[in-house]
Amino acid sequence: MTFDCQSLSVSKLNSNILIAENRRAALEFSQKVRVLCWVMTQPKHLKSRTQHVRATWGKRCNIVLYMSSEASDFPTVGLNVSEGRSQLYWKTIRAFQHIHTHHLDHADWFLKADDDTFVVLENLRYGLSKHNAEEPLYFGRRFTPFVAQGYMSGGAGYVLSKEALRRFVKGFADGLCTHNTETEDVGLGKCMETMKVQLGDSRDVLGRQTFHPYPPDYYLPRQTPRLRPWYLLYEHYQPVEGPGCCSDLAISFHYIDAVQMHTLEYYSYHLRPYGYKYRFNPNVKIQVKQGKRWLIQTLGVIHLQKKELLYV
Amino acid sequence: MRWRAGETDSRTDTTFLLFSGCVYGNECDVVASKCEHSSVLLKGLQSSMMSEGSSFMKGMILGGIFCLVMAFFETFNSGTHSEGREHLHHHLKPVSKDELQKLSESQMSDWTLQVRVYCLIMVTPKLLVHWATANDTWSKHCDKSVFYTSESSKALEAIDLQEQDEWARLRKAIKHAYENAGDLRWFFVARPTTYAIIENLKYLVLDKDPSQPFYIGHTEKSGELDYVEYDSGIVLSYEAMRRLIEIFKDEDRCPERGHALWKTPEEKQLATCLKYTGVFAENGEDAQGKGLFNKKSVSSLISDSMGQNPADVVEACCSDMAITFGGMSPSQIQVLMYGVYRLRPYGHDFHDSLTFLPPNDSDND
Repeated sequence: MTFDCQSLSVSKLNSNILIAENRRAALEFSQKVRVLCWVMTQPKHLKSRTQHVRATWGKRCNIVLYMSSEASDFPTVGLNVSEGRSQLYWKTIRAFQHIHTHHLDHADWFLKADDDTFVVLENLRYGLSKHNAEEPLYFGRRFTPFVAQGYMSGGAGYVLSKEALRRFVKGFADGLCTHNTETEDVGLGKCMETMKVQLGDSRDVLGRQTFHPYPPDYYLPRQTPRLRPWYLLYEHYQPVEGPGCCSDLAISFHYIDAVQMHTLEYYSYHLRPYGYKYRFNPNVKIQVKQGKRWLIQTLGVIHLQKKELLYV
Repeated sequence: MRWRAGETDSRTDTTFLLFSGCVYGNECDVVASKCEHSSVLLKGLQSSMMSEGSSFMKGMILGGIFCLVMAFFETFNSGTHSEGREHLHHHLKPVSKDELQKLSESQMSDWTLQVRVYCLIMVTPKLLVHWATANDTWSKHCDKSVFYTSESSKALEAIDLQEQDEWARLRKAIKHAYENAGDLRWFFVARPTTYAIIENLKYLVLDKDPSQPFYIGHTEKSGELDYVEYDSGIVLSYEAMRRLIEIFKDEDRCPERGHALWKTPEEKQLATCLKYTGVFAENGEDAQGKGLFNKKSVSSLISDSMGQNPADVVEACCSDMAITFGGMSPSQIQVLMYGVYRLRPYGHDFHDSLTFLPPNDSDND
């Protein structure tokens, strides 16, 4: 009798150890890596968009605040601004000031997202777990233009460390940062540069992106090699089209309508292939064979214990 | 108006026995058995038609005659379907978690080896883009996947059956698959417009013996016939295939080219042929009774759920262990591929009793 490797069940010992590890780690993360999410929204959108955020990923934040021009029973926080595209940077400034005043000690990291952004909180926490919230850091989808050091896309969502938040608020308090643009992500990026906050690299260990300013169908479908399409023109890192675009442990997608929001929720948290051994394990240093190449990561000191080795 | 049998009406006493059953349709059987009396009664009626309300009487007579005709027609047809009336809608669920945990290591590995799937993907050049997408996505997870086409295409490989008729093509494909099955015992038939999660298919049939006849998918009813819908994929066990091959030889009950004026869809022809061999359609569903085979797209199902269950959209929508979806565009399918095999929250792991490894030489799963 010959065994076909595709169907053969892997020895249980290895998988169980890895599984136990991940579960413990994930639970620790939600307590150790506290994330406060604030969602940029408006009264008009509460029914069409924000309620779907609330029904899906909003509840996974340690704290979630829905920021609007008006307070309501949604509940929304009322900022002292009016609605409209031109007011977005004011909203951002007021939102962070509010958070700094009321919630600075309630979280370690502060995420800004839109009401049409889908976020996988577990993957955000995992990514942030390796970093120190007391350092001036900010993560997201890195764009090159307008700011010398670059800035993070607003739609894809960006996260500030506690220190970065302090510096942002201080910047405005001291007049070092001003409302100099309507484009909130560029404006914030400029202030981060002024206040010497570093841009982090949010890509996974295989160099794949985790924050996405557009929906998955912009990136995943295979393409013949071509010049960058318009939505990839601002990219800081060399963009990849097709399956290599996006990490398995993606953090966000943007321009997600209500149906897509629940669809992504279904894909991430519900629909799964029974018994499937996922290819990608971010903790393991030698990866499963992908295509015809072995990918070996050399990130500092490698501690390879036999039981952590994943094989095909 | 409903009279009780046996009561007499002062003007039309003879009509009771004849017509009382006909007012409520399913009692027409009663009428059929009394038809030998009808001609006598009708003659009797004619003489009484002179009395007032004669047009009402005419109406009643016409209705009665119609009812008799229908009753005759039904008894004539019911002979071939008498067993069909007792046949209940069959539901097929995966093995329960508890059952799985009771199994020994050797039983587990036996089952893993047994549950291997041969995918028959029925393509045409018109569906080239979906053909290419199926080739690049879910078909890689079948233990063996063979594309059967109506005519060959330079772009993609397939077995050219050189057959335009869909039913004849399906028959040829089934024969070919059965002959080339090797040691594979489960067969999945689908068009490339369907997306399938083969691991979940394996999970559904895990504890089912393929030497027993199984014919599984999303079941629909057409009159008395329960059939599996083609658009959401058809699962057949080795024994069901064997019986099919046998009945294919019977040109009367399972003709290759139909003689009817209109063409019966091949999904119904398949069901009819299988029924002659004693194999009946079963609806694949999860432990909660949610259908696992869907011909609609994920977004369509989510959208429906948003309308019907706004408080609990995803929970109410679709099974976590869904097997098929249909009506999705190639780019939606590539996103679904990512959604199924890759996108997940860190730290959510499942203690599944079996393990299925990813296919070789694949970068999108």
